Amino acid sequence: MAGFRRRHGKLVVALHAGEVALLADVTDQIRDLLAYRRAEWPSDPLEAITGIQAASSTPPDDPALARLLPSFHRDDPELAAGMRILYEPALITAKDHAAVALLDSLPPGGGTVRLSEETAQEWAAALNDVRLALGVRLGIVEDDVEPDLDATDLGDAGPMMYDAYRWLSALQDSLVTALMR
Amino acid sequence: MKWNNEVMSAPTTETVQLADEVVKTQAPWVTIVWNDPVNLMSYVTFVFMKLLGHPKPKAEKLMSDVHYKGQAAVSSGTREQMEVDVAKLQGAGLWATLQQDV
Repeated sequence: MAGFRRRHGKLVVALHAGEVALLADVTDQIRDLLAYRRAEWPSDPLEAITGIQAASSTPPDDPALARLLPSFHRDDPELAAGMRILYEPALITAKDHAAVALLDSLPPGGGTVRLSEETAQEWAAALNDVRLALGVRLGIVEDDVEPDLDATDLGDAGPMMYDAYRWLSALQDSLVTALMR
Repeated sequence: MKWNNEVMSAPTTETVQLADEVVKTQAPWVTIVWNDPVNLMSYVTFVFMKLLGHPKPKAEKLMSDVHYKGQAAVSSGTREQMEVDVAKLQGAGLWATLQQDV
């Protein structure tokens, strides 16, 4: 994979149809996860009046979602609960926004992606969320250690997902390196 | 004399307690970033530069602390400021928490 390069102020990469399909698929799955989390929030009778939905005070049960939305404090559950209610809605919105920015700039069927500095940063964040979620599913728990795919419940899909993870890592690394140049 | 002693000592104790209280509430809060096996070293450095405004050498030093020591305090200030920093860093996918620096 050639990876992202900076050209005339834009961040540029050429993607095959299969690569575009993969990016669209994994990014859609992040949006689904975030939507699932939103649906977990308690229903608030005031919502119809205020338009403000009450967020949950407890961490998500799904480990991938829990990694995307960690607690604000490690040892003070009460403080963490209050901050989750306060900050989780905006965090979900920001993550979904980054995912949409990525999806909107994918060339259907493959082609060249040209990103502004701003959209490139959204891509970097969206790719990171995708890799965080994949990392949890793949059981990546230690630096520089290959995950034990047999220990996951991914079955035959495991090796393919790990290939995707490594490709996404290389793509994100090339993007960030180009952005810092 | 005994009565006097108590009067003399009581305010002293209270002053000390008050001072402790003041120190505690003014103790700066810190934002901690924890190591995780997924975030790329390049990306973590980039996030520290972009979102916290650290110059590249400082961003690289903090990234290296996170990676090799398991954690690093990346910013400090009031609780409200740290809440904002944690939200920004979590928005970017870093595993960030806040705590009082005691």
